[in-house]
Amino acid sequence: MLSLAPEKPLTTAPSQPPVAAQQLLIDVQGVRKAFPGVVALDDVSFRLRAGTVHALMGENGAGKSTLMKILAGVYTPDQGVYRLHGREIALTSPLDALENGIAMIHQELNLMPFMSIAENIWIRREPLNRFGLIDHARMYQMTRELFAQLSIELDPQAKVASLSISSRQMVEIARAVSYNSDVLIMDEPTSALTEHEVAHLFRIVRMLREQGKGIIYITHKMNELFEIADEVSVFRDGHFIGCKQVEQLSHDEVIRMMVGREITEMFPKTIVPIGEVALEVSHLTLDGVFHDVSFSLRQGEILGVAGLIGSGRSNVAETLFGVSPASSGQIRINGQPVTIDSPRTAMQHGMAFLTEDRKDTGCFLSLSIQENMQISVLGGDNLQAGFVRQQALDAMCEAMSGTLRVKTPNLDERIENLSGGNQQKVLIGRWLLTNPKILILDEPTRGIDVGAKAEIHKLICKLAGQGVAVIMISSELPEVLGMSDRIMVMHEGRVTGIVDRADATQVSIMTLAAG
Amino acid sequence: MAISNTQALGKSPKPGAFRFKLPAEARIFMVLLGVALIFELLGWIFVGQSFIANKERLIVMILQVSVIGIIAVGVTQIIIMGGIDLSSGSVVALTAMVSASLAQTSDFARAVFPTLTDLPVIAPLAAGLLVGLVCGLINGTVIAKTAIPPFIATLGVMVTARGMAKWYTQGEPISMLSDNYAAIGAGINPVIIFLVTALVFHIILSYTRYGKYTYAIGANRAAARVAGINVNRHLILVYTVAGLLSGLAGVVTSARAVSGQAGMGMMYELDAIAAAVIGGTSLNGGLGKITGTVIGTLILGTMTSGFTFLRIDAYYQEIVKGIIIVVAVVADQYRQRNRRS
Repeated sequence: MLSLAPEKPLTTAPSQPPVAAQQLLIDVQGVRKAFPGVVALDDVSFRLRAGTVHALMGENGAGKSTLMKILAGVYTPDQGVYRLHGREIALTSPLDALENGIAMIHQELNLMPFMSIAENIWIRREPLNRFGLIDHARMYQMTRELFAQLSIELDPQAKVASLSISSRQMVEIARAVSYNSDVLIMDEPTSALTEHEVAHLFRIVRMLREQGKGIIYITHKMNELFEIADEVSVFRDGHFIGCKQVEQLSHDEVIRMMVGREITEMFPKTIVPIGEVALEVSHLTLDGVFHDVSFSLRQGEILGVAGLIGSGRSNVAETLFGVSPASSGQIRINGQPVTIDSPRTAMQHGMAFLTEDRKDTGCFLSLSIQENMQISVLGGDNLQAGFVRQQALDAMCEAMSGTLRVKTPNLDERIENLSGGNQQKVLIGRWLLTNPKILILDEPTRGIDVGAKAEIHKLICKLAGQGVAVIMISSELPEVLGMSDRIMVMHEGRVTGIVDRADATQVSIMTLAAG
Repeated sequence: MAISNTQALGKSPKPGAFRFKLPAEARIFMVLLGVALIFELLGWIFVGQSFIANKERLIVMILQVSVIGIIAVGVTQIIIMGGIDLSSGSVVALTAMVSASLAQTSDFARAVFPTLTDLPVIAPLAAGLLVGLVCGLINGTVIAKTAIPPFIATLGVMVTARGMAKWYTQGEPISMLSDNYAAIGAGINPVIIFLVTALVFHIILSYTRYGKYTYAIGANRAAARVAGINVNRHLILVYTVAGLLSGLAGVVTSARAVSGQAGMGMMYELDAIAAAVIGGTSLNGGLGKITGTVIGTLILGTMTSGFTFLRIDAYYQEIVKGIIIVVAVVADQYRQRNRRS
C-alpha cells in the first residue's frame, strides 16, 4: 500500500498529450437508489467526457449528491450500469473508487486537524526510507512540488488546525489532485472560498481539464456554471432532466430545467383572515451566521422561508426559538420586546419549533410515542403533587394522535418503529399540545411520502385558520409557493427579499436564493 | 453458562414482526435464576448441600451487596441520563469518615472532635448525607457548566474525595461509635434501606417529571433542550441525587463496620456501574430500569456467595465478574443494533 506514491509520480506536467475530447470516462445508465421512505434517484443516466468540466445542478434534494456518492463509491446503486473507461464496474468503497482513478472533494472537510498538511495529503501513501520508517523530508519535498504546480503557497509542515477554512479547502483539492485521478468530483468547492481564491481554483480546474481529466462540478451558483463548465446535467426530484452544452443555454433556461414542474393544485391553501402582528423581528443577527434579519408575522399568516442549504434560514429559526440566542437585534411578540435565551423562554412566549432533523433534534428514539408526544407539557395542570397525571396525558395524546391520524396500534410502541411521516406527526402533536401562538416549522415534510405530506399541509392551513402565526422553512419551492402568504428568501446569511404570494414565481424565488 | 444466558438478551425480534413481549427485567431475572441454578447444581455435586435453600446464606448474600445496590440506584439514573459517575466509591469513604467522626461516644479519650461526642444520631446521619450531596452537586455543576466529559469530572472528584478521606484523620481509622449509630447498619437494616431506596426511585423514575426528563435527556440531549427541558439544571439535580445516595451508602457502611476508614468503598463505583449495566441499563443513555439494577445487584451478590459457598478463591470471582460485565455490554450493543436494523 505504502509503495503507491513512488509508482505514481505526479503527471501534472503540461507535456502530457491531450486526450481526445470525445472519450467517455464515465457512462452511467438507468441508476436507481432508494432509501427507506424515499427514492433518491430513479432511472438516472450520466456521461462524463475526458477533458471537460461537467456541472451537476438541481434544487436541494434533487439527487445530485446521491449520484455523486454513487460515482465515488460511497453508495452502491440498487439498479443500473456503471461503466468506467467503457468497462463495467461495481465500486465497493471510496477507497476502491480512488484506486480506480476517481477522487472526490467532499463538501464537509475530511482533514485530520492535528497532523501536518503533508501528512494529510500523503496519508496511506507515505514515502519510506530504507528502514521502513516515514521519510518526512521527501514527503515535504513531494508536497512542495505538488503545491508549486498548483501555485498553492502553504507550508507543508504546518498543522491543518492552524489553517483557515479556505486554506483547508485548498489542501483538500491538492490531495485529490495528488492521486492523479482521471475523474475529480467537486461538491460545491467554492462555498468557503473568497473571490480571489475562486479564481485560483478555476485556474487549477482549467489546468486539469487541459490534461484530459474529467471534472464533475456540483454547484448552486449560476455564474460559476457559465464561467467554468462545458456541459451541465440537471436533476429534479431524483430524475435526470437533461444534459446540455453550457454555451447553448441561458440563465433562465437552466432555472426552468431545475424547477420545471408546474405548480399543481395539490396544496390546499385556504385564504384565511390575517390578524394582528404576532411577531416582529428587527435587525436580528447571530455573529458569523446571519445578519440584519427583519420581518414581521401576523396571526393566521404563513410566512414561507426559502433559501439554499447554508443560507442561514434554519439558523434564524433556531435563534428565534432560543436554541442559539441572538448576538444582537430585537424580537417583539404581540408588540412587547422579549429576550429569548432558551427554548424554555420561547415556549413561555407561546412559540413552538419543529426542527429540521427529526432524528438529531426531534425524536427520543428509545422512548415510546406517548413519552415523545407528552414531553413538552409535563407541568402545570398535568402534574399533581409532583406526580405526572399519566391518565390525563394518555387521553390527550390519544386524542391528538387520532386528530393527526398517526398510524400505530398503540402509543406505547417505540417511536423508532414508525415511518418518517408518522414520526413527524408525533412531533407536530408534541408542539400542538403546547397550544402555540407562533409555530415555526423547519422542513415539515422532508422525507415524507406524498399522502402524509398532503395531510400535514392541510393541518398547517387549519392551524393558520385558527389564528396561529406560522413560519415554514422549506427546500421545496412548490411547497413554499403553494402554502405561503409571503415568502422570505435568504442567501448567505442575509434576507435578499420578501415576496408576496401573488408576485412569487419559482424563477423569482430561485433568482433571489442564488444571490 | 451464565454467559450464554446473558447473550440471549440480544435476540429481540425485528420491529414489525410478531413478537412475544418479555420485559427486559424478566430476561435479566432469568439470568439471575440461571446463575443461582448453576451454583445449586455445583453445590450438590461438590459440597453436598443446597445453595439456594439456605435462608441465612440468602440474607448474607443480599446484605453484602446492599451498599453497592444503594449506590447503583443513583448511578443507574446517571447512566440513563447518558452520564457516568466514577466518584461514588470515594464519596462512600469520605462520608463514612465525616459521619463516623460525629458519631463517637465520650467514653473514648481520643475522639476526632472531643467536644462533639454523644450527639443524637441525626447529626452524623445528616452530615453524611450532606457530604454526599455536596460531592454530587460538584460533579453535576462541573459537568453542566464546563461541558467536560462526565468521565473526567467524576474521576477528579473520585481522586480528590479519596484524598480528603485520608487527610481527614491523617489516615487514622475512627472507632468507638455510638450504639444508635451502629444500629443503622445492624442486622438486615442495610437490606431494608437498599430495597426502600430502590422502590422510592423506581416510583420517581416511572411516575414523575424528574424521571421523564432523565430518560428524555439520555435518549437525545439536543432534542430534550429543544423540547423545553432545562438540561443543565436537570443534570445537576440527578448528579446531586446520586451523590446523596452515595452519602447514604457511606453512612450505612461505617455504621455496619462501627468505624470509619479512608479505604472504605474501594472500587464500589465499578461494582455499581456493573450492576446497572448487567441489569440492562444502556451506556448510550435513555434505557434502563431500577428493577433491572436491583436484579443486576443480586446477580453480583449471588456470584460472590456462590464462589464462597464452593470455596473457590476470590481471584476467580473477580476474573468471572470481569467477563460477565463485558458480555453484558456486548449483549447491550447487540440489542441496540438489532433494534435499529
